[in-house]
Amino acid sequence: MTNPISDVLKAEVILATGTNTDENHPIIANYVKEAVMRNGAKLLVIDPRRISLVDHAALWLRPKPGTDVAWINGLMHIIIKEGWHAKEYVDERTEGFEELRAHLESYTPEYVSEITGLSTDELHAAASLFGKARPGSILYAMGITQHTTGTDNVKSLANLAMLCGNLGVDGGGVNPLRGQNNVQGACDMGCLPNVFSGYQPVGDENNMKKMANSWGDFKLGPKPGLTVTEMFGGAETGEVKAVYVMGENPVLSDPDKQHIEHCIDRLDFFVVQDIFLTETARLADVVLPATCFAEKDGTFTNTERLVQRVRKAVDPPGEAKEDTWIISEISKRMGYVMPAVTGEELIHEINLLTPSYAGITYERLEEGGLVWPCPDRNHPGTPVLHRGKFARGKGQFFSIPFKPPFESADSEYPFTLSTGRVLEHYHTGTMTRCGTGLNRLYPEVLAEINPVDAERVGISEGDYVRITSKRGRVRAKVHISERSQPGMIFLPFHFHEASANVLTHSEVDPISKIPEYKVSAVKVEKAA
Amino acid sequence: MVTLKIDGSDLSVPAGTTIMEAARSAGIDVPSLCYHKRLSPIGSCNMCIVTVEGRPGPVTSCNTPVEEGLVVVTESEALDVQRVANLKKILKHHALDCPVCDKAGECDLQNMVYRFGITDVPFEPRTQKRVEGYATSLIRYWPERCIMCRRCVTACREVKGIGAIDILGENEESRLIPVAADKCKSCGECMFVCPTGALTENLSRYKGRPWLGDRVKTTCAYCGCGCQLELDVLENMVIGVHTKTDDGVNRGSLCVKGRFGYEFIGDDKRLKTPLIKENGTFREATWDEALDFTAKRLSAIKNEFGPDSIAGLSSARCTNEENYLFQKFIRAVVGTNNVDHCARL
Repeated sequence: MTNPISDVLKAEVILATGTNTDENHPIIANYVKEAVMRNGAKLLVIDPRRISLVDHAALWLRPKPGTDVAWINGLMHIIIKEGWHAKEYVDERTEGFEELRAHLESYTPEYVSEITGLSTDELHAAASLFGKARPGSILYAMGITQHTTGTDNVKSLANLAMLCGNLGVDGGGVNPLRGQNNVQGACDMGCLPNVFSGYQPVGDENNMKKMANSWGDFKLGPKPGLTVTEMFGGAETGEVKAVYVMGENPVLSDPDKQHIEHCIDRLDFFVVQDIFLTETARLADVVLPATCFAEKDGTFTNTERLVQRVRKAVDPPGEAKEDTWIISEISKRMGYVMPAVTGEELIHEINLLTPSYAGITYERLEEGGLVWPCPDRNHPGTPVLHRGKFARGKGQFFSIPFKPPFESADSEYPFTLSTGRVLEHYHTGTMTRCGTGLNRLYPEVLAEINPVDAERVGISEGDYVRITSKRGRVRAKVHISERSQPGMIFLPFHFHEASANVLTHSEVDPISKIPEYKVSAVKVEKAA
Repeated sequence: MVTLKIDGSDLSVPAGTTIMEAARSAGIDVPSLCYHKRLSPIGSCNMCIVTVEGRPGPVTSCNTPVEEGLVVVTESEALDVQRVANLKKILKHHALDCPVCDKAGECDLQNMVYRFGITDVPFEPRTQKRVEGYATSLIRYWPERCIMCRRCVTACREVKGIGAIDILGENEESRLIPVAADKCKSCGECMFVCPTGALTENLSRYKGRPWLGDRVKTTCAYCGCGCQLELDVLENMVIGVHTKTDDGVNRGSLCVKGRFGYEFIGDDKRLKTPLIKENGTFREATWDEALDFTAKRLSAIKNEFGPDSIAGLSSARCTNEENYLFQKFIRAVVGTNNVDHCARL
């Protein structure tokens, strides 16, 4: 997020798009509701699903899935035509506006309406709501990014934010709501194929030297490595022979499940370190029992870049060990002794090698979290990014054309499938499907379908359906609900017995490599 | 700014502040049961009464705004007499079943009764129709402990924007009713703000008293909000989750996963020993075996096919320190940039 969560309380208007905030970020939803109910902010929800946040919205638009660039361009077209954009801000702080203006000429309300299914009145109302109020905060999540045009979608939202002068100001921002406790931190720490910790490119010789000074001699090419989706592709071609997985369950979380299983099967060696025998761990040659968050000391970085402490509360079960101990023991046996192993030793090493984390120490975190960039021990942290000027200098507008999703519904597969999460469960369900509490509330997978479609397919509440795509087939109970728009079906991906990723395709965004989980073509039939 | 005098001290506070907020900002502990910092003033318990010079009777400080030149007294014998009378009225309908109440030891009402030293109030249960169940199966409602303060109702409406519960019926017949149970998100906000043991957690009932065991402050392990919470630990088991109003981005709130999704920590299915697969089935192994085998295989593959034939997937579930060490291992020890995690999924 460019801005802190609490900043939505300073917003006059909030655009929530591709985020089912009430279920996936309930605490952020609390802030959004407080902004609306106490402060009188206007909420604009643009989402194919009628999510519960709509109850609090001044306006809700329901575009066809996968048409985000079109409606964002459409809103900008109207905002510029009406002269609602932040002219001074655009002049002083951005570049590429004239190109953008010319590019947007063709995105008339009529044209956008054709693509998105939204009426021109709806587009006008939304443009007026967002374009005239300041500051405006944009919240988005995987509904925006999990498309083959995910990067385009995000850049388009950034265009809209800059056009209205909402970046680098309190109560504004382009704010991705990140779905996993430490997904921000895993990125920050360099668990990405192209960068060391703190987003320092691997191709840069100075970075390589800096690491070598601390890590000792090591041989590493400047070429970025493989992304998760490419790793499994590499396994299939034989380029990748061994994979070491720490705390992931790609068999359920990655697209096209059958393909992933086939790729893992091709590996010479597969090691999985986890807290449960997950669907992925079952395929491993070696399984290493690790610790959960309650059994270790460390830090997590939340969606607003706030680094906070994690503290050990209980001992791990049986002989399970801390992940850092396991990594360092394998390392030692491969001839490399890790000098820093405990949480506190490691944060010191991170401080030395990661400029944005240089000032973050456990001692300081006792007083509360710190938001990176935090370059030294006296630095208070940086809750709002791009204040005064953008990280790159001027904010760059990109002229982005609309591209349809990779797969579209057709006569054989007439439904659009979108996958996601439900409130009661988390990711592949390994943590939330334990015990009785959460499972009492949401015991089995439910496929959400519109009443119109239910009637057409001939199914009633609680019936079972077969959902089939070109990749495979799953069986699930149906929940008939207006939340899904006609022609669309929603299936959560938490359940191994009806894995949504049996159905999804593995086509990804060319830049971010994110799979298009929000649009797959499927057919739906009544099952026994 | 408005200036006023409370218990003899001169104070200056922003206009719109209530007398209670002004007093508390000066460290004066005005008693209250229904007032909660996160919520609009409710004014149902009448424990926060104070006298204001020039006004005929005491006023409830939680919903009376300050005015220029007010002279307020928060402690006097007369106020205490009235507070005791008010508290007795509340206790008439509250079973003092503290010995079997999970809230005992951290209960606002229990503390208030202790503060005023009340011992002699016979319990008269309300004459209410039985209504089965609560808005969520994760919380148990104990009508005989409920003091009808409306904190829960207000929290559901104001913090969650829902209104799944309401107090219906007058006086003797009042009762907390799940009026829109289908909208309940099981977040436990109602239970969190309850000043008595009228709403308790169903998962950890009778598992441990609050004064036994430890409370460890940490960060939630589910979504990216980064909620601050405390794990209740007894005999190496996590038996509950607590929060504080002043703590973290969540300000005491949690969602159903954060508040109730802790059972996995002590689940029987947790992996307890290393496993090595032989002929298609797993057998338990010692750490030395598993680590030696892993290191040997990775080294052999690295030597035969080069470091880029190995890849590592780390975890958005793990800590920064673990992720840092993992990518260091893949880069410095294996010698490849083939490291990624599930950010894209």
